[in-house]
Amino acid sequence: MSESKKSLNRREFFSFLAVGWITFTAATAGLLGLVFRFLYPNVNFEPEMEFIAGIPGDYDNGVDERWKNGFGVWIIKREGKLVALSNICTHLGCIPNWLPGELKFKCPCHGSGFYPSGINFEGPAPRPLERFKITTLPDGRLKIDKTKKYRYEKGQWNNPDSYIEV
Amino acid sequence: MEALKEFVNILSGPQYSFTLTLIMFYLLMKYYRIIGTKKFAWGFVILMTPVYLWFMSDDVFRTIIATPDNIPISILLFSVFFFTWLTVHKAAINDERIEAGECPIEGLPENREKVWSWPNLVYNELFVIIAGTIFLIVWAIIFKAPLEEPANPTWAPNPAKAPWYFLGLQEMLVYFDPWMAGVVLPVFIIIGLVAIPYIDTNPKGNGYYTFSERKMAISCFMFGWLVLWIFLIIIGTFLRGPNWTFYGPFEYWDFHKVVAEANINLSEIIWIKMLGTTMPSNLIVREIFGIFVILAYFGISGAMITKKWGQDILEKTGKIRYYFFLFLVLFMATLPIKMYLRWLFTLKYIVALPEWELNL
Ligand code: FES
Repeated sequence: MSESKKSLNRREFFSFLAVGWITFTAATAGLLGLVFRFLYPNVNFEPEMEFIAGIPGDYDNGVDERWKNGFGVWIIKREGKLVALSNICTHLGCIPNWLPGELKFKCPCHGSGFYPSGINFEGPAPRPLERFKITTLPDGRLKIDKTKKYRYEKGQWNNPDSYIEV
Repeated sequence: MEALKEFVNILSGPQYSFTLTLIMFYLLMKYYRIIGTKKFAWGFVILMTPVYLWFMSDDVFRTIIATPDNIPISILLFSVFFFTWLTVHKAAINDERIEAGECPIEGLPENREKVWSWPNLVYNELFVIIAGTIFLIVWAIIFKAPLEEPANPTWAPNPAKAPWYFLGLQEMLVYFDPWMAGVVLPVFIIIGLVAIPYIDTNPKGNGYYTFSERKMAISCFMFGWLVLWIFLIIIGTFLRGPNWTFYGPFEYWDFHKVVAEANINLSEIIWIKMLGTTMPSNLIVREIFGIFVILAYFGISGAMITKKWGQDILEKTGKIRYYFFLFLVLFMATLPIKMYLRWLFTLKYIVALPEWELNL
């Protein structure tokens, strides 16, 4: 009897082992869970993917920057068309600037340049800026849907959803 | 003075300064025995100090150099100069000894003596740790961290610059598609560096400085390091301003500087300019010339290099090693080639397939 007090018997040893391993696994899993949670931001500042952009009459000919900072979209009115142009450079995803004096978009990262139409003409950008889906709601307001993109080089700029006739 | 500054501005344009760097690199490799003497080094320092002071007397240049972000590059510049010279110096001495039939300095009996790492090495390490920490603390106190406003996904600073050690990569991106300069080339750089000990099994130069015994290996490495990495960092840091436009060292960073740098693809040059037709709609037909050029570059120039210089390396190292090495070298050479094509012919992409996100 005094033997069993001093040393564990086989069964007790295994239950200790089991408890030990379960605790260890749980602790590790908890830690990994925390690490994983840490990878996700607490607050998400991503701009909305859909928004209402006033009525077509709000825009003059040329490039309109009012939605650029909030939503990352330029509204461009030219040649009787209203388009919503993405402000993500097609080279590596920087944010080009609109230079009104030179009538072009110019990317600060590697110097790509785009015409107001969105077509690339200088620097390394391999393709034109993308258009977003733009539609008129029944009440005449414009809705811009950034989940749908239209790429020029794929011939998608002919799609009637990629522009509005004004 | 002003005219001279203007001249320096023009000369530091990427096309000229890159060519100059190439020439300087060639001279360094060719006349390393002269450059490696102490006399030359002192002469260089004495000659360059007034030039440096003259540069520093210019407000624009001083502002660029003294920006907290750019101070590491200045330190880097000086240390690169110094250590390159030091290796060249040691190699020059050893090469002379080897030619005279002696052993390299490192092989002399008094240099072959072995010592214990404790305390000899550990003390040195301790000292370096302490000195490094003090240096960093002092630096952190003197120069405030260049913090900017909170990140905003719809706005970018102008110019938007990567950390200084990546500015060479960023400069590379000016000439390449993001896939090439951002992923493929860096991966090849890493693979290439990892593979050096496996490709290069030549035991010459192990444990001692030499140049004459390892001409090709050292030149290849130093070309990639000095010309393609350090030089591009310098350009990216000091000479690229708003809109990633090039600005000479004495040129004020005028946001409105206009440079026309319209670029065109090879396919456009051939189909529209030379053949006077429209672009074919079939993608492969449209880009066929570019694809051919790329294949020819790797095939023909590879074969020519092998024929002219590669035979004995091929025999010494074996097929796999040799062709892998050749591929890495040819790939490295695409960077300067692409840069010159852009400067000379405003060429954008040799193969332009944006539909497939593939541009070379
Ligand atoms: S991200 Fe715009 S030019 Fe590279």
